[in-house]
Amino acid sequence: MILISVLIITAKNPVNSVLWMLALFFHIAALYLFLNAEFLAAVQLILYAGAILVLFLFVIMMLNVREEITGKRFMKGWPIGIALVVSVMLLLYFPISRLIHGPVGQYTIEAVKAETNAKTVGRILFTDYLFPFEIASLILLIAIVGAMVLAKKRT
Amino acid sequence: MVPINYYIILSAVIFMIGAAGFLIRRNVFIMLMSIEVMLNAVNISLVAFSHYLQDMTGQIFVLFIIAVAAAEAAVGLAIIVSLFRNKATVHADKITEMKG
Repeated sequence: MILISVLIITAKNPVNSVLWMLALFFHIAALYLFLNAEFLAAVQLILYAGAILVLFLFVIMMLNVREEITGKRFMKGWPIGIALVVSVMLLLYFPISRLIHGPVGQYTIEAVKAETNAKTVGRILFTDYLFPFEIASLILLIAIVGAMVLAKKRT
Repeated sequence: MVPINYYIILSAVIFMIGAAGFLIRRNVFIMLMSIEVMLNAVNISLVAFSHYLQDMTGQIFVLFIIAVAAAEAAVGLAIIVSLFRNKATVHADKITEMKG
């Protein structure tokens, strides 16, 4: 997966990059299955691999950036970016290596298995997290309107 | 059982690769894709914590993050379309209107 994500950011052609990202999303969905999150694995495949990547591919094809492929791939100051990222990575390593397991909740594997994963997620989503759910729908509505306004041709 | 540290390290590495891609690439498409990679890396760690701490809140959060990522991708691509219409370039260092 790490190799695939490196390939995403180094591919010359944006279309190749999108295809590598498709592979990454499939791997992440498989990881969700290992972690007993079947509903999220399905959502990952349908939403990310199905919708968002198709949107990316569609816009890349529409803009026809063939002449942009040749020429430099990276910014002028790319060593600074790499150094910054590596230093933050080292900074993150210390807290991760000293991770302490917190208290466990009530949703054990057996409890979720008895109720099925999708049903549990739905029940919590529509009871405890109902208001954030409504806000998410509002965000999506604003995104639809904003995308249409931005992409509209100026008259 | 795989220790949770492995998942968190994987998530951190993928997040940092996404951040590197956002910082060093010139193409705005790939910068936007790097943002998606970063969001996915955070999702991995949330699902891992949700599994190991036996709490469903992490999975609910991942659902919200996916919804916000979809909205963000739509708006970002619309911005790229209007940018390309005005400037006819997808390179981030050619956009210098705000330079003093």
